[in-house]
Amino acid sequence: MKIAVCIKQVPNTTEIKIDPVTNTLKRDGVPSIINPDDKAALEAALNLKDKCGAQVVALTMGPQQAEKALREALAMGADEAYIMSDKAFAGSDTLATSTIIAAGLAKLNPDVIFCGRQAIDGDTAQVGPQIAEHLGIPQITYAAQIDYDQDRQALIVKRQFEDRYQMLEVSGKCLITVLSSLAKPRYMNVWDVVNQDLKEINVITRADIEVSSEHIGLGGSPTKVDSTAAKQFDKKIETFELDPTAAAQAIVDALKQRHLI
Amino acid sequence: MAEYKHVLFEQMIKDFAQNEVKPLAQEVDELERFPEETVEKMAKLGLLGIIVPKEYGGAGGNYYMYIQAVEEISKVCATTGVILSAHTSLCVAPILEYGTADQKKKYLPLLARGESLGAFALTEPNAGTDASNQCTVAVEKDDHYLVNGSKIFITNAGYASTFIVITVTGMTPKGPEMTAFIMDRDLEGFSVGKHEKKMGIRGSSTCELIFENVKVPKENMLGKRGEGFKIAMKTLDGGRVGIAAQALGIAEGALDATVEYVKSRKQFGKPISAFQNTQFVLADLATKIAAAKCLVNVATDAKQNKYSSLSVAAAQAKLFAAETAMEVTTKAVQLHGGYGYTREYAVERMMRDAKITEIYEGTSEVQRMVISGALLKK
Repeated sequence: MKIAVCIKQVPNTTEIKIDPVTNTLKRDGVPSIINPDDKAALEAALNLKDKCGAQVVALTMGPQQAEKALREALAMGADEAYIMSDKAFAGSDTLATSTIIAAGLAKLNPDVIFCGRQAIDGDTAQVGPQIAEHLGIPQITYAAQIDYDQDRQALIVKRQFEDRYQMLEVSGKCLITVLSSLAKPRYMNVWDVVNQDLKEINVITRADIEVSSEHIGLGGSPTKVDSTAAKQFDKKIETFELDPTAAAQAIVDALKQRHLI
Repeated sequence: MAEYKHVLFEQMIKDFAQNEVKPLAQEVDELERFPEETVEKMAKLGLLGIIVPKEYGGAGGNYYMYIQAVEEISKVCATTGVILSAHTSLCVAPILEYGTADQKKKYLPLLARGESLGAFALTEPNAGTDASNQCTVAVEKDDHYLVNGSKIFITNAGYASTFIVITVTGMTPKGPEMTAFIMDRDLEGFSVGKHEKKMGIRGSSTCELIFENVKVPKENMLGKRGEGFKIAMKTLDGGRVGIAAQALGIAEGALDATVEYVKSRKQFGKPISAFQNTQFVLADLATKIAAAKCLVNVATDAKQNKYSSLSVAAAQAKLFAAETAMEVTTKAVQLHGGYGYTREYAVERMMRDAKITEIYEGTSEVQRMVISGALLKK
């Protein structure tokens, strides 16, 4: 089984700084990490490698410095790594990004694709499902557990909802998006830390994939960020001058009205 | 192609120290408990075989990585730091450097995978700084040597399976003829004695070794007969780089804890970091730590590249880093005031841990002898 894991390098902060002029993310000077959900997806794949010898291929799209995220994936135990990097890819929104990644994955031809649920810098949760749509394969989102049933040659996936879960069995090609709660990612190990320096990071450029230029890069991105702002919380103070019994009732009514009780 | 291994290793070892080692530090000290689970985790991640070549099941890393591991781990737990240091510098390294092909094939994979923990036995009740005054004897007989005697203060002893033991095999006009052996824990007549109750590094296992007619096969001789003292001294040269890194780590850990504390502790209506005394003390400590780090780097370079300057470089690094650790931790406790004297705060433990770095693997006085000896020999 060949598992491709899509990972994204993200700034290591929950406070994302926005460039006020271009309305895009400012990444300079912020240390980068593998997006936590993606790291859990990688762990899920490595776990299957340990259990049934799956081949794990890590793939990312981004500038050259995203190589470090792939190097980290190799140092955790991934077998191969691919970076999709080209000036033509710059400025891609989620749709253009998923178009590019799907084209890259089509070349790698994995049996299963794992993605993180969403990235902490954009929080859209769109790229994974979009990749599945581009490739025309089934998808399972919000996976909280992934096992392999050797006899049935199928993946058994626990799909998490707010108040319940589904157990799904899937054989054949599919894409699964993973929650960070699925597994605590393993540490890198010294053997693979040393070994990764001997491995090449394979580069996939614009010339290597078959997509229309209309669908990639800034020009191929229908999303235009109008403005971005931090959520504002308005504190409203209402004053009631009532006797204790009536005041208690007023509080209960107010809470009921807001569906809080 | 740029090398990423050092960048990734730094990230890995910092994560590991913070998440796996730090949470246990207070407990292993308080209960004098050997952190077996941490040693197991280190083994699984390849940390016990960093310097072991891949052909022997090791990671094929280098001394820079190993020394950084000791430093980062000692920042949060000096006990765990010395377990790694004694295993690697005092057992893995001499087998790697002086072992026969068969010895390497037999022992290095076990040590690298952590299936066997390593230890080194030189010190005896009457042979501390005067290391050549050995009483443990090995007498040649048929296909083996018969070993009798005892060793004390042996780090990792209670949990180790592979021991490098220095013995006396005869007398020469210059003094005792010393020979090193690799000894397995399960040899008949070999037992581990009293566990020492120590001031610091209380989770590390420091015990006595007793040899009663232990038959050690001849093929377990490490190096040649009569090379024991040289092997011991060269091994300690390397070991001192590890202890220097441990001392450096303790100092850094104490400074980190103190910087955090002085910003939050308020007296006279302001954080004590606002007082110039605090600021100047911290500045001096940080500067000494930076200097110690430079010396550790020079010594690590010498070890990695087999420079003949290793002996003096390691002595200087250990001497300065150990005395820095003692000074930094003492002043860290002072800046913590009464709280620093309680076991609630890590600096109390760090001050007790720091003291041993001025003593083991050659006291600070021995380091001064090594350094001045090299100077005056010229």
